[in-house]
Amino acid sequence: MIINGVSIDATFAEAFPMKATRAIITAQNEKWAMISAQAMTGFATSVIACGCEAGIERILNPSETPDGRPGVSILIFAMGGKGLAKQLETRAGQCVLTSPTSALFAGIDEGEQIPLGKNLRYFGDGFQTSKKIDGKRYWRVPVMDGEFLTEATTGRVNAVGGGNFLVLAESQHQALAACEAAIIEMKKMPNVIMPFPGGVVRSGSKVGSKYPALGASTNDAFCPTLKGITATDLSPEIESVMEIVIDGLTKEDIDNAMRVGIQAVCDLGAKNGIKRISAGNYGGKLGPFHFHLQEIMA
Amino acid sequence: MSALTFTVKQETAQRVDMSPLVCQLLTNKSVAEIAGIELQNGKRKIRADALFEITGSDTQNIIIKNSFAKLDFIAKELQDGNMTVEGDAGAYLAIGMKSGAVTVNGDAGLYAACEMKNGLLTINGNAGDFLGAALPGNKQGMKGGTVIVKGNVGQRAGDHMRRGTMLIEGNAGDYCASRMIAGTIAVMGSTGRFLGYAMQRGTLLLWQHPTLSATFNDCGSHTLAFLPIMFKSFAKLDSRFADPTQAFDRVQRFGGDMAEKGRAEVLVKL
Repeated sequence: MIINGVSIDATFAEAFPMKATRAIITAQNEKWAMISAQAMTGFATSVIACGCEAGIERILNPSETPDGRPGVSILIFAMGGKGLAKQLETRAGQCVLTSPTSALFAGIDEGEQIPLGKNLRYFGDGFQTSKKIDGKRYWRVPVMDGEFLTEATTGRVNAVGGGNFLVLAESQHQALAACEAAIIEMKKMPNVIMPFPGGVVRSGSKVGSKYPALGASTNDAFCPTLKGITATDLSPEIESVMEIVIDGLTKEDIDNAMRVGIQAVCDLGAKNGIKRISAGNYGGKLGPFHFHLQEIMA
Repeated sequence: MSALTFTVKQETAQRVDMSPLVCQLLTNKSVAEIAGIELQNGKRKIRADALFEITGSDTQNIIIKNSFAKLDFIAKELQDGNMTVEGDAGAYLAIGMKSGAVTVNGDAGLYAACEMKNGLLTINGNAGDFLGAALPGNKQGMKGGTVIVKGNVGQRAGDHMRRGTMLIEGNAGDYCASRMIAGTIAVMGSTGRFLGYAMQRGTLLLWQHPTLSATFNDCGSHTLAFLPIMFKSFAKLDSRFADPTQAFDRVQRFGGDMAEKGRAEVLVKL
């Protein structure tokens, strides 16, 4: 398949099941909601070493938030329910409880309930108070700037992590420009995050390493500087490869995000140095979710 | 199916225990069976059809017409039904109510919403003393649900209240929220003496400045984030509390009762 001169590989991205939740952070203005959200989703690029994958889903209008203030919704993904709950609580405690004017609410009502502010309340040292409104429990924790308001729990759902595609270009700056264009479009899609910095990964990995202590290592088949000395998957003109990784609440959410992202890359086309779109798969051994590029773009 | 309607033929001299005439106890009963139910009336028993003209058949939707202040225990432990009282209700209205909705288009007597567990009780007139309170000797009053009173309430509203929301559009008598354990009481009108006496936790939300005892301490003026959420939850109610112009988030906060746990708060609109 070729779109605007860009070859779409007959391959698939391989993804795996994760657990996910959404949290809504509000503050007196969008600036401070975003600061808190960025802190909470910081160092959450890959479950390989971060414990979770998290990102900002979108900015919320005051009419969309529980307390009528500007807000940001974030999604957090982890390999298991316990890990998710631990990461959520740790990050909420360090990044939202501490952030000026912030409040924290559940972004998903359904699914198993996991603690959001349920245990953070103990920071109040006995001065915390509870309010149950419309069936939802909130905690009011006295803090130095006033009161930290948080919902007690949020819903945990099954989700999909590790959707991806690779952009193969004639130069580094062309690969990055294409990925930036893709991210702009993908950020408009609901229920997905691209957890890596700016949404773009330059260090795509393969499973395993020559070093026993490492579970993952550089994807040498797609490393342009190794073209002559490894079993490369790159043709001579490819000088740079970048990856976009997508986590979504459902497979369909990732399908949709990949479609708009790949289309944005293809819109730049071969004339801008974009030669191929490929995907990271590990022979079907990594996970049960397969995203076939040509089917998605058909 | 029309509502099961009990129309009072003539007021009785003695009080009547209305607890058998509640939705969950009348399910699948015919009008003839309901007519034969005996109600305690003072020291004697009286057949339902001796006191009421009974029409309609929807046992989950009950109307009591020409009601008077000696009909006690209306909607006792109500579950999942609707009851409407045209006139006054006696004591113990909606005592132990579990779910459903009760509307009184008149006044209610003592102990309305006493130990209520859930549901919605609307009193369009006044309510007597011990609204949402615990029975004498019991430790916990109202444990959930919402009570709306469009008129005034008597003394000891919310005594021993444990959870839930009490919305009073008029005035509250003395000892409002006495010994309150938790929950929310909002009063748009004035409040009497000894407000929050021995109050442990919970919130008293006031539109008028109260007279507070020395055991409530001023914590200053604040903007509280939970108030807009709480007012938003009132929007669906048939009450002045649903009026957006009545909502506020800026309050003077008083903490107390310091002679008790001291974790309760009185929030006064600024």
